[in-house]
Order: sequence, then C-alpha cells, then structure tokens
Amino acid sequence: MNELRELYQEVILDHGRSPRNFRRIENADGEAKGDNPLCGDRVHVYVKLDGTGGLDDVAFQGRGCAITTASASMMTELLKGRSEAEARRLFDVFHAVCTDEAFDPLDVPEEFEDEADRLQVMAGVRQFPMRVKCATLPWHTFAAALDGKQTATTE
Amino acid sequence: MSPDSTATVRPNYDVMAIREDFPILAREVFGKPLVYLDTGASAQKPRQVIRAMTEVMEETYSNVHRGVHFLSQACTDRFEAARETVARFINAREADEIVWTRGATEALNLVAATWGRTNVGPGDRIVISTLEHHSNIVPWQLLRDETGAELAVIPVDDAGEVDLDAYAGLLDGRTKLVSVTHVSNSIGTVLPIRQMARMAHDKGALFMVDGCQAAPHMAVDVQELDVDFYCFSGHKTYGPTGIGALWGRKALLDAMPPYQGGGEMIAHVTFEKSTFKDAPHKFEAGTPAIVEAVGLGAALDYIEAVGRDAILAHETDVAEYARERLAAVPGVRIVGHARERGAIVSFTMAQAHPHDIGTIIDRAGVAVRAGHHCAFPVMERFDVGATARASFGLYNMKSEVDRLVEALDEVAEIFGR
Ligand SMILES: Cc1ncc(COP(=O)(O)O)c(C=O)c1O
Repeated sequence: MNELRELYQEVILDHGRSPRNFRRIENADGEAKGDNPLCGDRVHVYVKLDGTGGLDDVAFQGRGCAITTASASMMTELLKGRSEAEARRLFDVFHAVCTDEAFDPLDVPEEFEDEADRLQVMAGVRQFPMRVKCATLPWHTFAAALDGKQTATTE
Repeated sequence: MSPDSTATVRPNYDVMAIREDFPILAREVFGKPLVYLDTGASAQKPRQVIRAMTEVMEETYSNVHRGVHFLSQACTDRFEAARETVARFINAREADEIVWTRGATEALNLVAATWGRTNVGPGDRIVISTLEHHSNIVPWQLLRDETGAELAVIPVDDAGEVDLDAYAGLLDGRTKLVSVTHVSNSIGTVLPIRQMARMAHDKGALFMVDGCQAAPHMAVDVQELDVDFYCFSGHKTYGPTGIGALWGRKALLDAMPPYQGGGEMIAHVTFEKSTFKDAPHKFEAGTPAIVEAVGLGAALDYIEAVGRDAILAHETDVAEYARERLAAVPGVRIVGHARERGAIVSFTMAQAHPHDIGTIIDRAGVAVRAGHHCAFPVMERFDVGATARASFGLYNMKSEVDRLVEALDEVAEIFGR
C-alpha cells in the first residue's frame, strides 16, 4: 500500500485533476503529439520560443492517466522561462528521478536544485516499471517538439 | 449470455476442483491470492495441457510427416489427432478443413493473403464491424490498399450491438467477404453470426468469423452457424501460445493458393516448378508447432470434459454478477450493454483513468486489462480513451468479483468517491 501512496501523492493527484497550462498555443513554434501505444494515452505539447533561445510558453492537451497528466502539467510549469539547453538538461534530471534507484537530489547541479526537489514526487514510479513510460511521455513529446519532429512514442 | 439466457448453472459445476487444475491460480501477487480477470487477453493453463506437452516432448517427440522411424510416426499421429480434436470442437466436416496457424492473427492474414488476393479486385467490398480487434482490421486494410477494394464498417448502437439495417445496406453484388468477430473482446457483445452469415450469403458474399472470444466460452458449430471461415487462438482457449486454427470449407481451401512456401507444403519441387500438397498442408510451410498443437488438443479436450454449456452458464453467472456489482460502485460506467454478451465487462471510473485503476488493484492481487484492448475504433465509438476490462474464464468465482469491487474501493480511497 505504501508504494501506491508514494506513487499517488497529493501533488500528483492535484496536477492530475487540475492540470496547469492545459491549453493549446496558437502559432506555436514547436508542437508534437506523443502517444503510448500500450495504453493509447496521448499528449499534444506546444512550445512558444522567446526568440533568444528561451521558452516563452509551454502547454499541453491530451487524454491520459493521472501520472501522464500530472507529469505533463508539472513539466510545463518547470520549463517556462528556461532556455532550450536548460530544458534538455532538466529532462535528464527528470529521467533520473523516474528510473534511477540511486538518484539523490543532492547530486543534481545547483541550477536545478529547486526543480529536483519538486520532481522528487514523481520518484514513486520507480516501483512501477510499467508506468515509467506514462511519466516520461510528455517529456519525450516536448523534446520532439523542440527538435521539429511531429510525433513521439514511448516504444 | 444475456441475463435472460436459458442456460442455468449446473449445481455440480465444481469450480474449486477446476481451479485445482490450474497451478498458477494458487500463487500470490503482492502477498494477496491472485485474482486473474484477464482471460480475454490470454487464458491460464491447466495441468492437463502442461502434462500433454511435457509428455510429447519426453516420450513421443520427433518431426512430423518426415521420418519412417517409429517416433516420427508416433508424433505425427499425435499431431494429426490434435487436428481431429479441433475439427470435432467446432464440428467441422473433416479434419482436412483445419489449418494450423500461429493464432487468429495469422489465420486472418492467411485468408486475406490467399483467398483475398485471388478473389478481391478494384471496386469489390470487404465488410467488417466497428467491434473488431485490430487483427481483423489491418489485414483487410492491407488487402484493400493492394487491390483497390473498399473496406466498409458496420456501425454499432449505444448498447454496442451491430446495426443490422446498416449491415444490410453494405451487402450487394460487390461485397465479396464479411469478416466479423463472434464476441467483442473489448465490450463483450455477441454478434448474431447465423443471421449475419445468411444475409451475406443471400448477396453472394462469403463470411469469416474471428472466434477468439467465443471458442473458449461457448459451443461453436461451424455447420450450424453456416459460415465459410472460422478461426481462434490456442492461448485464449487454455492452450499454449504459438498455435491456433483456421477452419475453412474444403472447397474454398482447395481453390486457394498456398500461403508461404517451403517444406511440408510441397508435393514435388524442381527448379522450374513446384506442386503443392492438398489443403490443409499446402498452407503449412515448414516444421509446424508440433508440441503446441498437441497442447491445444489437450486444452480442447479439457474444455469438452468440463462441458461447454456448463462453462457458458457458469461464466454468465459470474459476469452478470460482476456487471451488477460494478454498476453499483460510485463513478463506474459500464461500456457495452448488448443483450447478448459474453464474459467480458468493460468499465471506466469517473475519478480515475483505467491505467491508474489497473495499477492500484494490481497491488491487491487483481489482474485486469487497462487500455484500448487492440480495438481503437471501439474506444472512439464510446468516446473513451481506454477502459478497464474484467474478462472471465471457467475458473473464476463470484468471490473474485467481490475482491475486484473491494479493490476499487482503494481506487476511490486515493482518487475520491
Ligand atoms: C477478438 C480477438 N481477435 C483476435 C485476437 C488476436 O489473437 P492473437 O493475438 O492470438 O492472434 C484477439 C486477441 O486479443 C481477440 O481478442
């Protein structure tokens, strides 16, 4: 039971119920559709750049489980205002949070200390290998949007 | 099937004794006794199947149809006896009408590739239903793209029943084949196969049935249904993976070109030309799944021994109990209310996504499938991204339904009521 409580923490449930930046961005500079063929979950991520290598706005739409939705919602909050390069490094941190048993927030570069703290709530997925893809789908989709690819998949 | 079905539970249906036959049902998952409600995806295996497969490997194994030696003959006899078992199981006229395949998917692809390529051309029509598994959609799309034929889809109503008027409208001189599922794997609808086949035949079309979700659960008589092709998968009928069967009318099979080329399927080969064996062997290139075929034969014998009417009555009883109990859980919506329905209950919960439901109840030892069930068009039709699906087998009990409902309480505990 404890592992379930760790997975479904209040923060995650809250983001899952009322996702932030759950909208479409008109005239987005990048957008991609991500899909998890295993369960049919889909997210559509939109990115607006500020013209100087920064992320002016990040938003998403889609239909998915609490983990996918919460992960996407938290991602949009964390990425706004970051540079593209920082965003990609933050993806690495996020990936470690979700998959690395030995992950220690204290090892994270100083620039991401706060983010690592906030992302720590996603660490519960480590005990649910089938659900890691739910957590990472929005981030893969975001990366695809940055790279000018139209689609991302967890497979 | 339906709540008013005439089938009644036999008082002597000994589910506890049946459960004893399935070693895996004794195991625990996360410290809780396993409640396996995913038989629709794949059924568990009784000792009788495991034993038959072990025995053939320990005592009788050899390649089939090849050697003059003792074991080759003995193994060929076992292998061909299993084919006869399949023929009896679906009341085929003869064992030569049974083609071994890897499963239903390969059977459907075989018909599309052989019968389809020789009989379907530009402007012809193939008809499927909204309820199909992807394996009864994609082979026909490939055939359509190759031949210029049209692929038409029978709609379903809000209950999940096929619209027979719309179906009638899709049948005309251009319709070459109707291929539909006997029982929907995603929402449990049982299709009126006999009636639909008669309608197709009246317009000169052939009729194929994907029997994956019917063969393990109810008596299937291909002559009585009066269809032209029928197929099912071994692993869903309490048999092993890697084996399944295609039944076709002998005259149709005889007229079809081979599927793959290789050993086993030829009568004679020179570099100029090869001649092929008769059906079913011309469709079975290469060394077949010998052990698996024997295992499937044992599985069908097992089903027959329990009794198909008894299985149907028992499963209907459990599945209808599940519908009743699930419907009473706050937030639960059952998807699919066909009058004729199989032992499959698909549902959503307002508070929680099926994926989250699946994860949470898994920790209580309850295994259900959460997702699209390889039936995207059904999910679309009922405007759900996914459902949670409890599918029942001959070993399930009402007390397991209670465990499912209890586990859903944990979902409500986390996600709200
Ligand atoms: C109705 C139906 N048709 C076809 C299939 C495909 O069967 P297999 O994967 O064994 O070939 C399934 C299995 O999920 C099914 O439920």
